[in-house]
Amino acid sequence: MTATTPATIRPENTPGATFKTGRLALHAALILGSVAMLLPFAWMLATSLKSPPQIFTYPPSLVPDPVVWRNYLDTVQAMPFGRFYLNSLFVAVSVTALQILTSSLAAFAFARLRFRGREVLFLVYLATLMIPFHVTMIPNFILIRFLRWFDTFYALIVPTAFSVFAVFLLRQYFRGIPVELDEAARMDGASSFRIWGQVIMPLSGPVLAALTIFVFLGSWNDFLWPLVVSNSNATRTIPVGLATFRGQYNTDWHLLMAGSVIALLPVLLVYVFAQKRFVEGITLSGMGGR
Amino acid sequence: MTAQTAPARQQIAVSRWHRYRPDQQWEAYLFLLPSFIGFLIFVAIPVVASLALSFYDWNLLSPPEFVGFENYSQLLTKDRVFRKVLFNTFYFIVTIVPLQLGFGLLLAVALNQGLRGLEIYRLIYFMPVVTTIVAAALVFQWFFNRDFGILAAAIWEFGATTGLPIQPPDWLNDPDWAKPAVVILTLWKNSGFTMVIYLAALQGVPAELYDAAKVDGASGWQRFRFVTFPMVSPTTFFLMVIQMIGAFQLFSEAFVMTQGGPAQATLTIVYYIYQMAFEFQRMGRGAAVAWVLFIFIFIFTLVQTRLQRRWVHYETGGES
Repeated sequence: MTATTPATIRPENTPGATFKTGRLALHAALILGSVAMLLPFAWMLATSLKSPPQIFTYPPSLVPDPVVWRNYLDTVQAMPFGRFYLNSLFVAVSVTALQILTSSLAAFAFARLRFRGREVLFLVYLATLMIPFHVTMIPNFILIRFLRWFDTFYALIVPTAFSVFAVFLLRQYFRGIPVELDEAARMDGASSFRIWGQVIMPLSGPVLAALTIFVFLGSWNDFLWPLVVSNSNATRTIPVGLATFRGQYNTDWHLLMAGSVIALLPVLLVYVFAQKRFVEGITLSGMGGR
Repeated sequence: MTAQTAPARQQIAVSRWHRYRPDQQWEAYLFLLPSFIGFLIFVAIPVVASLALSFYDWNLLSPPEFVGFENYSQLLTKDRVFRKVLFNTFYFIVTIVPLQLGFGLLLAVALNQGLRGLEIYRLIYFMPVVTTIVAAALVFQWFFNRDFGILAAAIWEFGATTGLPIQPPDWLNDPDWAKPAVVILTLWKNSGFTMVIYLAALQGVPAELYDAAKVDGASGWQRFRFVTFPMVSPTTFFLMVIQMIGAFQLFSEAFVMTQGGPAQATLTIVYYIYQMAFEFQRMGRGAAVAWVLFIFIFIFTLVQTRLQRRWVHYETGGES
């Protein structure tokens, strides 16, 4: 891979034979890298379809022979992955919807309404962006226990239904929407609530789409907080369920890999079909809307 | 509502005279209320509570006991494990951050050459970014297995065919190799992210700059060094800061793949917070570790922001 470094820097449209070999070398390097990226997935899939004797033979093979589909049946019978799915879906959808609702209302106030203490309050919001979640995790855990919310969906959803980051991101975007539009609506007698719902929100499609993907994926993949507050299969989400499964079936790699495939497949499928949206959502949100 | 003409003029009017309007005051608070209640209960108050908690000893069963700075002084002077934890975390920062940025930039430059198949390469390289870290860590644990893992087998075969005395390390059971294993996992998982951000930055570099450099006889490396690198330096700075914060907060990778071991070789700060609070029920000590984490992140971010003046190139004036 290192041999191609000069080629990678060559700008396009350099004519001649060196150009062609450079391109070929570049493709070769990128394909090699792609294989490295895909190998863990292939290894997971292959192992999930092997029988235990096949797993513990040397040399290992990427082709299971015979293909043991039963592993998947054994996996879902050993652990209620269906339930984990529903839990994850319920939590992620609720968190995404609530976060966008609460944050867009607040962002609208910060971007469009005038009120005493606006700048100060926004600064206070911004200041907490710097504080990592881990600082507030322990008091939140104690609060959840105090409220008797431990091991309930409330614990998984309510504390993450608010986001300073989302307020910040949406406010940035709302400020870019021409003020004349809501002034006109106001003159026509629209209330602030209607302006939020019928002017600002419909005009914020791109940022809302990006934020939805970002928040949903973050919630779906979140591990530490659900690990701390859920304690039974009734509330475990996919990541926590998978970690629990690992704790119980430590060396049954065929089952563990089948569980991993079950955990990853839906997200990967959606990703493959909506790649552009995913990349946009994660980069736009990841860069704070720049 | 008075009719306003130009937005610019309105902005001035707003900032001078109409800071707030009585008719919007209560409405605004209503809009803020849902977010603000959540902010207060789950962010603002917990921040204060966590700071207070860090001066107490509390196992949730007996009443909390005020211990002053003891949690902090124990951590910083007596706690041998914490010293290890700090070392591990810094190891991860100095390895992961540069490698992640290097890989990301290399891939982005490669993909920015107008090659065919850009979409497919991007699809593949970005794929690990969307995966659940728990599943990824589990797969890598099996991937790194010394006896039956495919990586070890490849290394054995390589050694056998070349005749070199190469043996695969016992990645996850050897304290010296467990850390690199975690680094490899994070690189696999996150390089696609840095790549995509760099790609966006590269697409903003004007082609004239390369043409001008070429006319001046700059070599490929020189064009990279003196055009590409300075032009993407704001992105490098941004990625450096967020990747560093991410590396400070490493948890799931180590929790799932190595359980912090062997011999605490992959125990990180966040893992230690988790252990203190939820395995040893030492809420105060856990909170103190969390504040040490915050202070480190704060200082590191501050230092990087100071240093950026020396190497980050911002386009000034109206030309960009």
